[in-house]
Amino acid sequence: MKLQQLSLFLENRPGRLGAPLETIAKAGINILTLSLADTAQFGILRLIVREWDKAKQVLEDAGWVVNLTEVVAVDVLDRPGGLAEALAVLEGAGLNIEYMYAFSVRRGDKAILIFRFEDPDRAIAVLLEKGLHVVDGDELLSVVSA
Amino acid sequence: MAAQIHEAHRHTEHRIWDPDAETLPRDGIEALQVERLRELVTRVARVPFYRDHFAHREIGPHSIRSLADIRRLPLTTKDDLRRQQPLGFLAVPRKDLARIHGSSGTTGRPTFVAYTARDLETWSNLCARFLVAGGLRPEHTAQVAFGYGLFTGGFGLHYGIERVGAAIIPAAAGNTRRQIEIMRDLDPEVLICTPSYALTIADSARELGIDPRSLPIRFGHFGGEPWTEDMRREIEDQLDIAAFNNYGLSEVIGPGVSGECPERTGMHIQEDHFLVECLDPETLEPVPEGEPGELVITTLTREAMPLIRYRTRDIARLYREPCACGRRTTRMSRVTGRTDDMLIIRGVNVFPSQIEEALLRVEGTTPHYLIEVSRPGTLDEVHVKVEIRPEIFSDRMDRMQALCERISREINTVAGIRAHVDLVEPRSIERFLGKAKRVLDRRNLNE
Repeated sequence: MKLQQLSLFLENRPGRLGAPLETIAKAGINILTLSLADTAQFGILRLIVREWDKAKQVLEDAGWVVNLTEVVAVDVLDRPGGLAEALAVLEGAGLNIEYMYAFSVRRGDKAILIFRFEDPDRAIAVLLEKGLHVVDGDELLSVVSA
Repeated sequence: MAAQIHEAHRHTEHRIWDPDAETLPRDGIEALQVERLRELVTRVARVPFYRDHFAHREIGPHSIRSLADIRRLPLTTKDDLRRQQPLGFLAVPRKDLARIHGSSGTTGRPTFVAYTARDLETWSNLCARFLVAGGLRPEHTAQVAFGYGLFTGGFGLHYGIERVGAAIIPAAAGNTRRQIEIMRDLDPEVLICTPSYALTIADSARELGIDPRSLPIRFGHFGGEPWTEDMRREIEDQLDIAAFNNYGLSEVIGPGVSGECPERTGMHIQEDHFLVECLDPETLEPVPEGEPGELVITTLTREAMPLIRYRTRDIARLYREPCACGRRTTRMSRVTGRTDDMLIIRGVNVFPSQIEEALLRVEGTTPHYLIEVSRPGTLDEVHVKVEIRPEIFSDRMDRMQALCERISREINTVAGIRAHVDLVEPRSIERFLGKAKRVLDRRNLNE
């Protein structure tokens, strides 16, 4: 049920984002979605790719420090209030969201969000119990490639 | 090296606080030094470090017949002092001490320096000498913006000013706005602080909409950190004052080892109290006159903690030709470098090993780091660059920021300075074969 997310450390200066993306592109790996968190001084690039183990390898070979984190994909209704309802469930269950970002593709009338929880397994259990739809990794990847 | 005297000081007459001592002819100075050195050899025999050394080599007062014989005596290093901590170099009973100061040490622990009442008396007098040489008169008011505490700057200058008979405003370091208010309220003619703090005061005045040249200060005595002729020009232009340099280090007494007269052709060394050698730091042989070398100082009159041939690690040049001011003492140039890697950051002594020690407390932050020192405005800034490694990298921003804060806190604890911590990408810090270069000093403090 969990997705593997790659995180990379980047210095916050011109041209730094392009370099790792080029490394991945050269290896023929397509980026499904990404998010960038930054301060004035450095940034953290988070990537979801299909062949995460290969991507991790090529990035590390190119000298990047790469972390692997388990994240959870949840689809919510793509209409006003859709996300707010999902968040209300999470908050109600006392689940701590470290950060979140949206997936770049929609699935029918659903938007897909990526959540980084402190405890992803417990989060999944709660989400399922509350009737939210957790998108399985394979399922997600088949959606994007379709 | 001679600097054009500032307009404000062009007509200052030469005045000498202690003419008998300061204008002794060369042969008189040297005879006095030999005599005092011989006495010193007797006195330091109470210090185990020297006693052992002398016993081993059969050294005694009889060994000193001329100044050249000083080379028969051992060198003393900061490490020697540290190994005997605390107060292991006392040459008088503890009950005879009148005060204890300290300098920042490499492990965050100060190296203590003790004074007898007579040492304090001597010290005040030495400070009075360079203050008067640089224009201080009994009718003046001096604002002391040095820290008062273990640091020798504040109290040293304070009692020197008092000795001259001038009025003191013990404003102490910091709170720059208040310093400016005090100046405007009380009209002091003299400012005592570090050279970089003088520029901070000028900056701060401008921020308050006050022309720094309109402040009442007419001249300043600056020390406690290395500075350049360019910085002197800046200070003099920005504040419309004459700026004088003085030198000292806590291990030998504090400020008062040497200071400038209005000729400003070097700092007059108070040779009746300090015997200063200028040695090649590698061979430990004397360098030719006027060549740069390490200053090695013997305290001729210190009672509580006399030191023989103390290696200051400061690089400077010595000049022995007479000065137009009438003093016959040897003069020293500005300090243009160090023979060790010590940095002086806003007046605080910092060794790169302290930064490393701080980093070692945070797992995964070594081995690749670089200390960058710059002076973007008037104050020193330290950036510690740390290469990111898998064990310290997190996908969570809050953890990364906490990491930076933690490193910064450890540096503050160990080294006593505030440093910016810059996390950088792997392999972005240059690799060296052999000894790594850990420090990049961009301040251009050399002449």
